[in-house]
Amino acid sequence: MDSVRSDRNGGSSRIPVALKILIAGGFGAGKTTMVGSVSEIRPLQTEEVLTGAEGADDVSGVETKTTTTVTMDFGRITITEDLQLYLFGTPGQDRFWFLWDELSQGALGAVVLADTRRLADCFPSIDYFEQRGTPFVVAVNCFDTEHRYAPEAVARALDLDPGVPVVLFDARDQGSARNVLIELVEYVARRQLAAAASR
Amino acid sequence: MSSEQPRVTHDWLDNDAGPVVRPYAMTQGRVAPADCDFDLVAFVVATVPDLMSGQQLQPEHHAIVAAAWEPISVVELASQLDLSVGVVRVFLGDLRSAGLISLYEPPAATQPHDVDVLKAVVNGLRAL
Repeated sequence: MDSVRSDRNGGSSRIPVALKILIAGGFGAGKTTMVGSVSEIRPLQTEEVLTGAEGADDVSGVETKTTTTVTMDFGRITITEDLQLYLFGTPGQDRFWFLWDELSQGALGAVVLADTRRLADCFPSIDYFEQRGTPFVVAVNCFDTEHRYAPEAVARALDLDPGVPVVLFDARDQGSARNVLIELVEYVARRQLAAAASR
Repeated sequence: MSSEQPRVTHDWLDNDAGPVVRPYAMTQGRVAPADCDFDLVAFVVATVPDLMSGQQLQPEHHAIVAAAWEPISVVELASQLDLSVGVVRVFLGDLRSAGLISLYEPPAATQPHDVDVLKAVVNGLRAL
């Protein structure tokens, strides 16, 4: 897993390992808030080449435009000098699905944020990660004024596979958001061990 | 960064293009690096402390080399230098062809994450 460089000054400075975690969910579910509460958040620009008309911007009048700019939320948590955790708030709009493919490649896992007032908003994210086999947890962002649902009820309503963790949390609270990440990483480790045992 | 450069008039950058220079204008329209791809979480390290002034390189190349003296990920470079990821990749391609940076790819995406690493992540998160 590590790669070590030794070609400079005869010394060897280690190359860190960076793990990706995706923060997905519908518009306004709290993605930016969550990335910001657990990490130092910075915007990240990606300029994507439009490959076809499908799902792209309406380019009539600007026919020469072949790229589109997408801004994502990007946060880093330094675990150790050699181990970094990168959080990516995935762009919510459907037309940016193509970006998810790169983000989820080799990703540790994903957090799908759910808002119980608009539960259906997170269906596309769940479908996506289920199809790709990316491990994910569902984190229900609890807003103050809202009726709280039991995690089991949310899991049922979302028709989640057994074992997919559902946690209630507050995206604004660092400890709470951090617990969601811990839940995800532990879930990934459990899956890994189970897979190894069945081999 | 590029705004500090003297303005060059190109006939393809007329008023209709708006006030903002399109990101790939910085790379002369090249949208992909020449011979390799750079994963978002690949790390790059500069192989030279600074670039010779004689080389045909842009300020962005210099900024990348300066930022990459310590190992830095592609995504971190883009964020730090406030350049779009695609643009950074093109510049990295140039620098790599010139032998000015080394590239360290992340482990293959198909490889499962090491459980010991996952435990370290959990412990690290708990300690935050």
